[in-house]
Formats: sequence, C-alpha cells, structure tokens
Amino acid sequence: MLRYLAVRAFRAAVTIALVVTFAFVVLRMSGDPAILIMGPEVPPEALAAFRRAWGLDQPIWVQYVRYFGAILNGDLGMSMRDNRPAIEMVAERIPATLALTVPALVLKLAVGIPLGVWAALHQGTGFDRAVMVAAVFGFAIPSFVLALVLVLVFSVDLGWLPSGGQGTVAHMILPVLTLGLGGAAALARFTRSAMLEVLGRPYIRTASAKGLPWAAVVRGHALPNAAIPTVTLVGFLVGSLIAGAVVVESVFSWPGVGRMLVVAVASRDLAIVQCILLLVAATMVTSNLVVDVLYGVLDPRLRHGARAAA
Amino acid sequence: MAAPLVRIEGLTVAFDGAPAVRGVDLAVHPGEAVGIVGESGSGKSVTWLAALRLLPAKAAVAGRVLLDGRDLLALPLPEVEAVRGGRIGMIFQDPASALNPVLRIRRQLGEVLARHRGLSGAAIAAEARRLLDLVGIPDAARRLDSYPHEMSGGQNQRVMIAMAIAGQPDLLVADEPTTALDVTIQAQILDLLAALRRELGMALVLISHDLGVVAETCDRVAVMYAGRVVEMGPAEPLFDAPRHPYTRGLLDALPTLDAAERLVAIPGVVPDPRAMPPGCAFAPRCAHAAPVCLGAEPALRATLPGRWSACARPDLDLAAPPPRPPATPAPAAEAVA
Amino acid sequence: MTAPALDLRAVARAYGGGRTLFGARPVVRAVDGVTLALPQGRTLGIVGESGSGKSTLGRLALGLETPDAGHVTAFGAPMPAPGTPAWRALRRRMQMVFQDPLGALDRRIPVADQVAEPLAIHGIGAPAERRARALDALAAVGLSAAQGGRYPHELSGGQRQRVVIARALITDPDVLVCDEPVSALDVSIQAQVVNLLIDLKAARGLAMVFISHDLRVVRQIADRVAVMYLGRIVEEGAAEAVLRDPRHPYTRALVSAAPAPGRHRRERVILSGEPPNPAARPAGCAFHPRCPVAVARCRSEAPALEPAPDGHATACHRVTPAAERAA
Ligand SMILES: Nc1ncnc2c1ncn2[C@@H]1O[C@H](COP(=O)(O)OP(=O)(O)OP(=O)(O)O)[C@@H](O)[C@H]1O
Ligand SMILES: Nc1ncnc2c1ncn2[C@@H]1O[C@H](COP(=O)(O)OP(=O)(O)OP(=O)(O)O)[C@@H](O)[C@H]1O
Ligand SMILES: [Mg+2]
Ligand SMILES: [Mg+2]
Repeated sequence: MLRYLAVRAFRAAVTIALVVTFAFVVLRMSGDPAILIMGPEVPPEALAAFRRAWGLDQPIWVQYVRYFGAILNGDLGMSMRDNRPAIEMVAERIPATLALTVPALVLKLAVGIPLGVWAALHQGTGFDRAVMVAAVFGFAIPSFVLALVLVLVFSVDLGWLPSGGQGTVAHMILPVLTLGLGGAAALARFTRSAMLEVLGRPYIRTASAKGLPWAAVVRGHALPNAAIPTVTLVGFLVGSLIAGAVVVESVFSWPGVGRMLVVAVASRDLAIVQCILLLVAATMVTSNLVVDVLYGVLDPRLRHGARAAA
Repeated sequence: MAAPLVRIEGLTVAFDGAPAVRGVDLAVHPGEAVGIVGESGSGKSVTWLAALRLLPAKAAVAGRVLLDGRDLLALPLPEVEAVRGGRIGMIFQDPASALNPVLRIRRQLGEVLARHRGLSGAAIAAEARRLLDLVGIPDAARRLDSYPHEMSGGQNQRVMIAMAIAGQPDLLVADEPTTALDVTIQAQILDLLAALRRELGMALVLISHDLGVVAETCDRVAVMYAGRVVEMGPAEPLFDAPRHPYTRGLLDALPTLDAAERLVAIPGVVPDPRAMPPGCAFAPRCAHAAPVCLGAEPALRATLPGRWSACARPDLDLAAPPPRPPATPAPAAEAVA
Repeated sequence: MTAPALDLRAVARAYGGGRTLFGARPVVRAVDGVTLALPQGRTLGIVGESGSGKSTLGRLALGLETPDAGHVTAFGAPMPAPGTPAWRALRRRMQMVFQDPLGALDRRIPVADQVAEPLAIHGIGAPAERRARALDALAAVGLSAAQGGRYPHELSGGQRQRVVIARALITDPDVLVCDEPVSALDVSIQAQVVNLLIDLKAARGLAMVFISHDLRVVRQIADRVAVMYLGRIVEEGAAEAVLRDPRHPYTRALVSAAPAPGRHRRERVILSGEPPNPAARPAGCAFHPRCPVAVARCRSEAPALEPAPDGHATACHRVTPAAERAA
C-alpha cells in the first residue's frame, strides 16, 4: 500500500513538472512579452531594460532553469503588469471561483448520482428514458450555449435573475446552474451505466438468494461496487474546481481565477498564467491521488497489489 | 407418502422466445435428496433459479412452484424474499463470481444469520466461525476477514456452502457444490450435507455432473435433456439399468481410473432450442432411434414402480454398455522419462 | 534434446505478510519450493488439496505472476517480466484456462468476439478470417454460431467453460495451463473436450498442465501426475503409477475417495483432523497431523521429494525406501 502510494505520488510530481515545462515553452514561443506588455511604440532601450529586469535577455535554457529553480523554492514570480507577487494576486481570486464551483459540485453530486442510480434501477421505464435524453442534452450542449440560453430565458425574457456581476445570491444562481447541469448529466449517465453493470453481476443474484430485501441488496451490495468506477469521474469533477469555470466566469463576468487566466493570457502576463496553470495542475493531480487512495479503500483487490490476470 | 415440500408443476422458461425449460414436473419431499444430472445447458440451473424468481425480467416463466401449497411464482415479492435463504437455500455454480468482491466473508455470511436466524453482534461472529469450521476452512477466525480474491476456488465454494446452510433451510438447492473441491474435502462436504439432512430433516436438490457424487448422495435422480426430465427414479437402479438412451450415453462417457482409454462422447450436438426436432429431442443423436421417435415428443411415463422414462421405445435393452471402440494409442502416451 | 516447454526451479510464492495501512496480515505460503519440468508435447496433471497452491502454481508457470523465489524457464529462456513486449509475445504461445469462467469473460461482449480477441491482440488474420476461426473454435468445443452471439450470462455454466477453452486454443498455443477445465461440463461434453485436447496434443505437440480434482480425467489425459499438499509436491510420477499405486498416504486417501456411480458406498480412507492451515504450516511433514501412518520422525523432520529408480518420487518417511522397491 505504501509502495503503491509512493509510486502514485512520484507520478503526480512528474505530471506537475511536465505541466510547468509545457506552460513555459508555449508562452515563450508565442510572442514577445516585452512588446505585448509595454506596447509596440515603446523605445528599444525601454524594451531592453524591461527584458533585463525580467531576465528575458538570457538564453532560453537559462530562463528555464531559473524559472524551475524559483518554483522549487516556492517563488512563483511577480506579475509583469502589476508588479505584485503572482501568487498573491491569484489567491485573491480563488474564493470567488470556489463560490461558484463548490455549489456547482454539490449540485452535480446531489442530482447526478441519485438520478443515475434511480434510472438504472428502473431501466427501460419512461423515467429512465427521460433521464437519459436529458443527460445526452446536458452532456452535448457546450457550457457557453447553455449559459446564453439561461440568460435569455431567466434574465432577458423573465427578468428574474441578473445576467452578470457579483454580490448577491441571485447573481450566483445562473452561473452555478450552468456549471452544475452539464456535470450532473455526465455523472448521471456514468452512474447509471456503472450501476447497470454491477446489477448484472452474479453476486447480486447471490445476495437476493440470501433473502435480503431488494433495497438492502442495492444498498449493501450494488452501491459499494458501482462506487468504484464512479469515483473516477467524481475525482475529475473535484479536480476541475479551479479550472472548470473559465468559460462560465467569462460569460457572467465573474471575477474568478478563470477570468483572470483569460485576461493574463491575452496580455502575456507570464507569471500569472504559470501560477494559475500550476494551481490547476496541482488540484488535478491531488484529486487524482485521492481517487487512487479511494480505489484502494473501496476495492480490496487493489489494496494488496492485484494479481495478474489474462 | 407425505406431501411434498416443493412441487414444481409444468414449469417452462424461455429467453427471447428460445425455450430453456420445456415443461418440468418434479416433487421434493421433506428430508429427501434428489439429484439432477444431465447435459450442460439442459436447464438444470434455470429450473431452480426460476423457482426462486431469481431470473432476469426478460425470462418468460410459466407453471407453478408450490411450497406448502403456496405458489412461489404468484406470491408477492416480499414473501418470496422471506423464503429465499431461509426455507430454501441455494448454492450457486461459479462460486468465485457469486461472492461480492468488495465485502469481507464475515459480512457476507453474517447477513444471512442476521436475516434468518435473528442473530446479532458477537453471536454472528461466533456462528460464522462455526460455519466456516463446519465446511472445513482452516483458520476460520482469520478467514472471516478475508475477501473472496484472497481465497482459492475451493475455499470460495465452501464459503458459498456455509452461506447457503446458514439459514438452516428446509430445502438446499446445491448447484455443482463440489466442482472445485478435492475428493477428500468433497467427501467431508457430502458427509456434512448428510448430517444436516439427518439432524435437521433438510431436503437436498443436488445438481451435478459428477455422477459418482450423485449416486452416492441421492435417493432419487432426475436426468434432464434439452429442457425436460427424460428419466427419473431411485439412484441405484437408475445408474445400474438406465431406461433412457441418453442416460446410457452419459454413463458410457464416464472415464475410469483403471486405464487410459479414449472417451466415448455422445455423437452429435444438442438441438437448437429455436428449432427443436419433431418428436423426441434426443432422437437425432440416439443409436436406437426408430420411426416412432419422430412422431410426438414422448411423455415421462412410469415404466417400473418408481421409475419414469420419456422414451418412445420403453422396451429397449440398455443394460449392457455398447462395445468400446479400441483405444487409440496416443503417440505421446508412454511415460515421460 | 529440445528444451522443456516449462521448467520451474524451486519456485515459491507467498501472499500477505508485511504491514499495510490496514493492519498486519499473516503470510500464506501458497507455493513453497516447487520444482517441475514439462517436456514439450507432454501433459502434466496436478491434483491435490483445495487451497494447496495449484492455481497459484499455474499462474507462476505462465508468468502471470512472478515468483518470490526460484525461477521459471519457458522453452529454454527465462520467463520475461510481466508486461514487457517479450512477455506479451509469449502469451500467444502460452495460454491459460481459468478456474472461474464467468470471471474470465467480459460480460458486455458477445462470446464469439471474445474468442476472436486473442487473434486481434496478436494481429493474426483479417477481421473476417478471425470471425471464421472463432466460430470454428467454438464448434470444436460443441457450441453453435448462435450461442457465440450471446453474452456470457446468457450461457449455462458448462457453455461458458467451453467458451474459455475455445479462446485459449484459438492462437494455436504450444503450452496450455488448464485450471479445472472440465469440472463444469457434463460427462459427454467432458469426454468431447478431453478427446479434443488429447488430439491436439498428438497432432500439434501441445504441452499441457492440467489442474483437476477429477482423478479419472487426469488419468485419461496426463502422462505424469504431481500431487500437491500445502504448497509442496508430495508425490510425482507417471500417471498410471501414481493413480494405480499411490505411495504417499495423502494420495492414497485421494484415490480411495474418488466417487463413481455403481460402486455404491465404497470404502474410503477418511482423513481425520483439521484441514491444513497454510498460514501456520505444521512442523515436519505438513501432512502428519492427518496422516494415518505418521511416526515421531514425521513431526520433526520434513521429508524431501525422493525419486525411486522407476522415476516415481515421493516425499514421505514411511514410504518403502527406494532401493528396496526397485529390487
Ligand atoms: N439469462 C439468460 N439469457 C438467455 N439464455 C439463458 C440465460 N440463462 C440461461 N440461458 C440458457 O438457458 C439454457 C439452460 O441453462 P442452464 O444454466 O439451466 O443450464 P444447466 O443445465 O445448468 O447447464 P450447466 O450444467 O452447463 O450449468 C442454456 O441454453 C442457456 O444458454
Ligand atoms: N491474492 C491472494 N491473497 C492472499 N492469499 C491468497 C491469494 N491468492 C491465493 N491465496 C491463498 O493461497 C493458497 C493457495 O491458493 P490457490 O488458489 O493456488 O489454491 P488451489 O490449489 O488452486 O485451490 P483450489 O483447488 O481450491 O482452487 C490458498 O490458501 C489461498 O487462500
Ligand atoms: Mg448450471
Ligand atoms: Mg484453484
């Protein structure tokens, strides 16, 4: 088990290092930050001074090594625009993002999992079909389309809810719905198929043959098994708590991390972009790690090193 | 004779229009041991799964299954659930898949004790340990904390048996209960089942391909072919002098311990359930088939007292096995140096 | 002389042990120092107590699990590590029929497709040809094309078992490890499958490890037989000799207990005492607590597997010394 954890943790570290490198390469290759930030009409001396100040005059590999070394020391750099520590600026935005994504996650879990379980238990009925049709729609519609539809209906037509901005609970409803509905649909579909798979297993028949009431069979025998694949998707949803709101924050002009990322990319504010990417990678990787540990808890076959099979 | 404990009447089962069980009548009396043997896929398992309503919804089941005069196929589901595991216990084929992979043995066994014996807490643990001891699993106390994947095939099979007898059933339906057990443990399990029958008056339905085990354990035997019972009677005379050519064929296919001879399989294949031959289902493979066999499907009729056979030619002499073909010497048969 | 298909030297495999997040676990020595050779084209039967390590030995022999000690050689070359390309290439030549057919099949795929799958994995043949070969393989074990279109749970126990056998045979392997391959089959189909395996052995030089509790079937198919008890081999020799003239007291109990119809209520050696606990192996000979002929020496000293001049090896202090027997 400890070995298993160590392997996972090592992989997580490698993943983060790759993300960091990737961010570095892409951002340096796609335009000169000095020109983007200072503007094209700035005299060359000023540009050179800016480059010197930020170390952009060094060979690319020196920049990379410095950058990597700084990250290892926990220094994520200064915003080139505001000349404040990037990490501080990003941290200020996190609560706003979580204010959207956490309620949305709760919505996904509270709606998606019960719907999926219920649909599987009533496979083939009208309810099941209705859930599946809704899930396909919820899954297929891009979030900006859903956001626009919700805005059109609830803000423009009905005038019930504001179409953007921040401050009251009313402001949160549309963005949270936009975020939550798509995830709930995906989760419902996934839970349903995991559940159907488990319900067809011979051990479910054994549990019935023991005389357990059907509700006890579902609760005690089917759900623990169906939870194993479902945990993967839930882990992914948790992992996207920070990064999953980029589109929605932009549409509803919500001052979260996602919108900050869009702005920072447009203006080549390297430190901010890197800092956000690192944060996103870290949440993703951490939630993956938690999923792996949960697997071990839920599935005893993985706990002591699964034995090889065909 | 006393009233039967369970009486199956005219049971039919079809999957997507393909019949799997085509009219089975069978009675099991209290304390009796009935063996069910027969061709793979002939509906042995499905018959009993249908009786306990354990088949998926797509199975079309008709007929009656009477327990104390109540038809299990017509009762409300909660009443059937009370019968399952309590009055009728079931041991499944494929024990490794039939156990829940994420639950410890303690939990899987304890459930039955809580449900049907009203035990709780320490009493469950003690009784669970006693049951594992009974089925010959060493180190029972520790094994309760194992998961199915940590046990061998035969150990899982014995857990399955312990689960089925935990509810102290009046009838135990054992579907291939000893396939994964070596003969000494098999003997131990068969002795255990015999003791349960003696002490608790439990009836036993033993579904098995092992004719030796059936002969040794059962009072009566039913032979199934293509979804029907083709022969039934007391075990010893039935195996000594079968009345149906299919039973004869089974006995002739048995390997022996004495010499390595080429085994004699029954020629041909089982009929497709969607396109059954006219007349007797076994006729296309039967060495004794005559024009009379191609008419109506023969019914199960009493031949001798207590013996039933569904053969259109009840006067056939099947006592002597046909001569075996000469053993083909396999090129690699000599001892390996 | 050609290299043996499989050569196992003092292999051992233990489960459990060590500390985990979930507490200490007892060590179960499932296979405890087994040496075996399987010449090409021959069949080795393995019989023995339930839980004595037969399935584990089968997995070790095919390299599906790595031994803790000892080594496995296949066709004269060391067994590659699981997951490597060499190991994967070897899969095609070495197949296993698993004990639990339902667990070995994917419930979402029609069985004919699962039979064809090894061909796709190893890139053999065009898709249409693969399908035809799968149907042939199914026919060889007595299953129709219609049955091939079904899902595993729609087949009876014996039908599923035959699917697994067909899948193992489709790549024309050189080595087959069968774990209880025929126990779920009625005797007629069992005869058909056993005959098929014997014919394959004769025609293609298929080498087999045949794990079974059915001594009669082992007698029909095996050239040699090894008897396992608590992770070790206690007797090994030509099938005929071991099953007709068993020397180890455990084998004698096995042979006497084999049931047959007709011989009703026959004599059998009932083993007394507890079945062995692999987590607490008795000192000396592991069988001594249940052995009808055990003496003091059996409690202290573990017997080695000693071959007699006739090639029949036994691990028992009470077996007549080899020299006398040969005389
Ligand atoms: N869920 C299902 N869907 C479709 N067909 C099924 C299903 N379950 C069983 N069958 C079919 O019903 C027939 C009878 O199956 P059953 O399991 O009763 O056979 P069996 O006599 O127990 O055979 P075995 O000895 O091999 O276990 C078989 O042909 C099988 O393929
Ligand atoms: N993954 C595992 N974890 C812990 N113990 C295991 C594991 N796999 C097998 N064992 C133990 O190892 C021993 C040998 O198991 P194995 O499956 O090889 O027995 P077997 O001879 O095939 O028995 P059977 O005839 O009952 O199938 C058993 O005591 C079993 O409980
Ligand atoms: Mg069956
Ligand atoms: Mg095994």
